[in-house]
Amino acid sequence: MTGMNGGVLDEDLIAGMRDVTPLMLGIVPFALVAGIAAVDAGLTLAEAVGLSVIVFAGASQLAAIDLLGSNAPLAVVIGTAAVINLRMVMYSASIAPYFADYARRTRAALAYLLTDQAYALSVAEYQRNDDRSRWRYYLGAAASLWVVWQIGTVVGVVVGAGVPDAWGLTFAVPLVFLALLVPAMKDRPTTIAGIVGGTVAVVAAGLPLNLGLLVGAVSGIVVGLLTEAMGR
Amino acid sequence: MTGLPGFVGSPRVWIAIVVIGIATYSFRLSFIHLFGRIDEVPERIGRPLKYVPPAVLAALVFPDLVTIRPGVVATLADERLIAGVAAGAVAWRTENVFATITVGMVVLWLFRFVVFA
Repeated sequence: MTGMNGGVLDEDLIAGMRDVTPLMLGIVPFALVAGIAAVDAGLTLAEAVGLSVIVFAGASQLAAIDLLGSNAPLAVVIGTAAVINLRMVMYSASIAPYFADYARRTRAALAYLLTDQAYALSVAEYQRNDDRSRWRYYLGAAASLWVVWQIGTVVGVVVGAGVPDAWGLTFAVPLVFLALLVPAMKDRPTTIAGIVGGTVAVVAAGLPLNLGLLVGAVSGIVVGLLTEAMGR
Repeated sequence: MTGLPGFVGSPRVWIAIVVIGIATYSFRLSFIHLFGRIDEVPERIGRPLKYVPPAVLAALVFPDLVTIRPGVVATLADERLIAGVAAGAVAWRTENVFATITVGMVVLWLFRFVVFA
């Protein structure tokens, strides 16, 4: 199960790094936007980096930045970001069997690096290739994503501080979400969940405490479940 | 121009960062820690979670593209909406984040600085 030479840069680690490379085309602009949006909302460099290191989950970071910038109550900021990251529970459950044999401390460390991309790549590889060292392959992919994400955030903060507001660089935030949304609407119930969630959020945009996002998201989830139930 | 930001920041922001960080880490760790040997997501948890990404992402995107104003024309003649529709088409055809951002920003600038200027 371990690599060929036992060194730090062994075959499995390198395979993870290699397989994640094409995904960086999507991660780099996403990370830059996270930095740009942070500075635009009035966050400091330390706060932007703190968010990227401590939370390390792009979509929730952008939502939190947006809500912090518009002075939403802390409970709404935290609640919204938490709902966005709930999907991590799904990834955690799905990848857990592959990590079951590792020590508790190893599993705790691997969990910190869990992202959409690291999850998707690793589970696909585990199903294809049973000889891989699971943690080394995962670490190669997940740690590469971590490093690129942190550097991208810092560059975004520095670049974002120098661009005039009229350019509307923060418009890149919904564009990133759009690029993630389209493939997430892959069948009838998920498509309806998206349309309902988005439409309710637009209509509810005037709600106090910036609750529109949360109300829209919950509506979309409920209608998605109902659609699925009716289709069976 | 906003200028280079300061460094330390506010307690409000740091509280949000730390609490969101703890919540997110507990989601990541949940099953990896607790149920290391189950084979798949329990149905009752897995079903609703499937709808979190499309519902949440759409709830994030739509309000940034369109604001309801009095009158259909006032609502639809919005450079953000036009740019969003163009970018959505690119996302659907290519599933490429970089191409989606590029087309969306170019269309936004075209309408903001040329067409609607």
